[in-house]
Amino acid sequence: MPLGDLLPEITLLLGAVLIVLFASFAPQRHQAWAAVVALVALLFALGFGILQWGAPPRLTFSGVWALDGVAIAAKLLILFSGVVVVALSPDWMRSDRRHGEYYALCLFSLLGMIMMASANDAMELVVGVLLSSAASYPLAAYHRGFTPALEAAMKYFLIGALANALLTIGVVILFGLVGDTDYIVASETFQAGTDSLALSVAVTCIVLGLIYKLGAVPAHAWMPDVAQAAPAPIAAFLTVAPKIGAAVALARFVTILPENLAWPSIIALISVATMTLGNLAALRQTDLRRLLGWSSVSQSGYMLMAIVVVGSGVDALPALLAFLVAYALANLLAFGIVTHLRGRTNVEHYHGLAYRQPLVTAALILALLSLVGIPPLVGFFGKFLLFEVTIEAGYAWLAVVAAINTLISLYYYLRVIAVTMFKAPQGEMHVVGSWSWVTLRVTLALMVVASLGFQWLLGVLEPIAFVGS
Amino acid sequence: MILTLAWCLPLLGALLLAFVPRWSESGARICGIIVAALSLAMLVWAWFGFDPDGPLFQHVLEVPWVPSIGVAYRVGVDGIALAVATMSALVFLAAIAYPADTRGQSRQPDAHQYYAWMLFLMATSLAVFLVLDLLLFYVFFDLSLVGMYFLIGRWGHGKPQLSALTFFLFTFAGSLALLLGIIGLYLSLDTPSFDMRLIIEQRPLADGGLYAGLVFLGLMLGLAIKTPLVPLHTWLPQAHVDAPGPASAILAGVLLKMGTYGMVRLPLAMLPDTFERYALVVGIIALVAILYGALVALGQRNLKRRIAYTSINHMGYTVLGIAVAASFSDNLAAKQLALTGATVEMVAHGLITGALFLICGSFWQRTGEYDLDYYGGLAHQAPLLTGLTVLVAFASLGMPGLAGFVAEFQIFAGTFAVYPWLAVLAVLGILITAGLFLDLLRRLFFGSLPVHLGQFTELNRVEVVVLSVLGLGIVIIGVYPSFLLEVIDGASALLIGGR
Repeated sequence: MPLGDLLPEITLLLGAVLIVLFASFAPQRHQAWAAVVALVALLFALGFGILQWGAPPRLTFSGVWALDGVAIAAKLLILFSGVVVVALSPDWMRSDRRHGEYYALCLFSLLGMIMMASANDAMELVVGVLLSSAASYPLAAYHRGFTPALEAAMKYFLIGALANALLTIGVVILFGLVGDTDYIVASETFQAGTDSLALSVAVTCIVLGLIYKLGAVPAHAWMPDVAQAAPAPIAAFLTVAPKIGAAVALARFVTILPENLAWPSIIALISVATMTLGNLAALRQTDLRRLLGWSSVSQSGYMLMAIVVVGSGVDALPALLAFLVAYALANLLAFGIVTHLRGRTNVEHYHGLAYRQPLVTAALILALLSLVGIPPLVGFFGKFLLFEVTIEAGYAWLAVVAAINTLISLYYYLRVIAVTMFKAPQGEMHVVGSWSWVTLRVTLALMVVASLGFQWLLGVLEPIAFVGS
Repeated sequence: MILTLAWCLPLLGALLLAFVPRWSESGARICGIIVAALSLAMLVWAWFGFDPDGPLFQHVLEVPWVPSIGVAYRVGVDGIALAVATMSALVFLAAIAYPADTRGQSRQPDAHQYYAWMLFLMATSLAVFLVLDLLLFYVFFDLSLVGMYFLIGRWGHGKPQLSALTFFLFTFAGSLALLLGIIGLYLSLDTPSFDMRLIIEQRPLADGGLYAGLVFLGLMLGLAIKTPLVPLHTWLPQAHVDAPGPASAILAGVLLKMGTYGMVRLPLAMLPDTFERYALVVGIIALVAILYGALVALGQRNLKRRIAYTSINHMGYTVLGIAVAASFSDNLAAKQLALTGATVEMVAHGLITGALFLICGSFWQRTGEYDLDYYGGLAHQAPLLTGLTVLVAFASLGMPGLAGFVAEFQIFAGTFAVYPWLAVLAVLGILITAGLFLDLLRRLFFGSLPVHLGQFTELNRVEVVVLSVLGLGIVIIGVYPSFLLEVIDGASALLIGGR
């Protein structure tokens, strides 16, 4: 077994085990050291991941595990969001009695998401989805004395249980059709022709299972609740990291499907429904975290645009990854600010923030404008590439719908920006601590660097492709 | 290099004002004035180095940025861009130097931020006119919205936040249509690139068809909202009324020009064949804007709203000139005349309406009132204010010897040769404008002085200097336009004659 191919994942696993052991025996006041262990594990995993970059794409472990540019880029991005989330957490979790094991759950969840992005086999995909889901449910409900958190986690769990069951059923039917769970074998069987009804059912089930992780319609309902009520760093985590894994997994899965299945139209419809519903629902929110939750639903709709055209011979994958980078940076920054401000979430409490916390406000404004896609922020380039590939592939109507949605989204982002700048401040603005302070600045700096150095980012992402294509 | 300095200096100034703490109000203002003046000086320098008989684009600088998708930092000007950019810098300088209209309330402690936003807006606006890269054009086109949004929302009066939001949403809708059009244009090239010079040279989508029509529609929709053309003008009056005077001057003087400048730069230069097909439609819409803008302005009792609607009327003349320039006609001289006229109209309207909105700011600063019925008989009380307003109003209604006449004469002469009936109908617009400005002057300055205006003060020294400079510009263009025409003619001859 070429264990070396899994070095990043093994590092994560060892880190998680170490943290579980440490957290079981260390006294509460030392539990914050678990964050340091988690960070070290993540940084090592990132380092090993970077070492994998640049090699020719290949499959390993009997073809179930892809080591291609897409998988590695997604892995690095997932690990990066993990770093940000872990670094935001110690201040937030300080008084929690189960502080230490929190980080173990984070690492397990990250491991599942990386598996989703790298899986080249339907069984592997199921394991990845289940691992990341199972580790995420308790994270969402970590404040078990806080009723809204329990409600959010319950919703998350129930929708997740249904979606994961559907995913498994879909994979079983797929296995029945193909006689194997390997994507390459499946692709070859589909080319030769197969029962289209059974295949449609299987594809529907699998797509629904992945849509749930992506937070897209119709399995989106958990997203706003989790964003609102989960611990703030976890809200940042669950609105970003699972989407990266799920988007790549979905893109990888649909590329093996035969032409006659009309899957691009179906994904396009899901995309339109997702971005429209997310935006319309966000319009009237008065709670910033819930607003960001709905906005992240709508951003899933934009991601799906790239997946619609992934088989059309355009540069959809670099566009998808570039958009994911932009989205991850902006959304992590936005939730990082919420965390830093002690989770203050009512929009009214952001009145006059600019007068008390100018830098934090500047970061918030940049993050929100990047989510809209105002140039020259990185979000603009991400969206620009999405528009470009969809128009090039003949889906101009989808780009028009996305443009209209972008316009709608501007309204609610501007509402938040307006109160921070134009209203008089009221009350004190407490912040949570120095970990989040540093993380915030680093994330902001990275977003600015990514905006100005987009050429470099695109140059790195441009050659990526799925293995075997 | 010199053009880069022209737009980067204000940006540096903005950063300096925003992030260096403890600016006094007067210090921030002087800093703003110096930076804006330096930037204007750069453009004037560029003007002296500009050869009207030379190639279309001069002072070109190109630095690769994102070569994989054909984006680079490209700046350069032709006569049209140079004229509009220099006028913009002058209007910015005037607006920054002009006292901000807060009715005596000092805007401490955030005065430096006001000047920082002003300079930021100046940088982005000048960059729109100076860049030669389509993507950068879009970037700065959008960024100027951000600057204006904060200026209106934070320092406006009335319902500033609502107006700022409407402004941003409406014009951002236009931007997105423009973006889709730009992407469509970009994808139609053989080797996709955002280099404007390359696209102007290649003139893609010449065969027409649905795709070309959609790209043209996207571009024109975006630019028409910004211009604004009826029926897409509804954001303009409210944004003007609630914006602070200097910001209004910039909105009318500079930001609206981005729409018409864009029409010259993108559809006219890059898609001439498609534009030709729809030139008459655009001309008719422009005619509607001219007549509708004038008539609605006549009906306004609010000083600022009335001037805002005259902007719609005047931008209609510009669009008419551009439509004539794009039309299917062998009369190249007439088309060239119309395009030159449209550009002079941009410059003239920038100076004239900029000055008018600054005057509105002075009125608001003194009384906090825009209702025309509130005023009257100010001619004795404030003779300088009266004299300057009369000068600018006469320029706006097209009095010979002033800038507006030079522009409108050329537009009408060109239009008459190509679409005579459009010209005949559009002249009615001038008649109505004359009526509405004379009525405005009568209501403000003549008749008996109401009691509550007894304390109305004359313009102070700064206001007089700023308005006189703008007035001088208007007179010079009116009396000796050849320095301006020479520069513009070279560009319009190349754009029209090259087909």
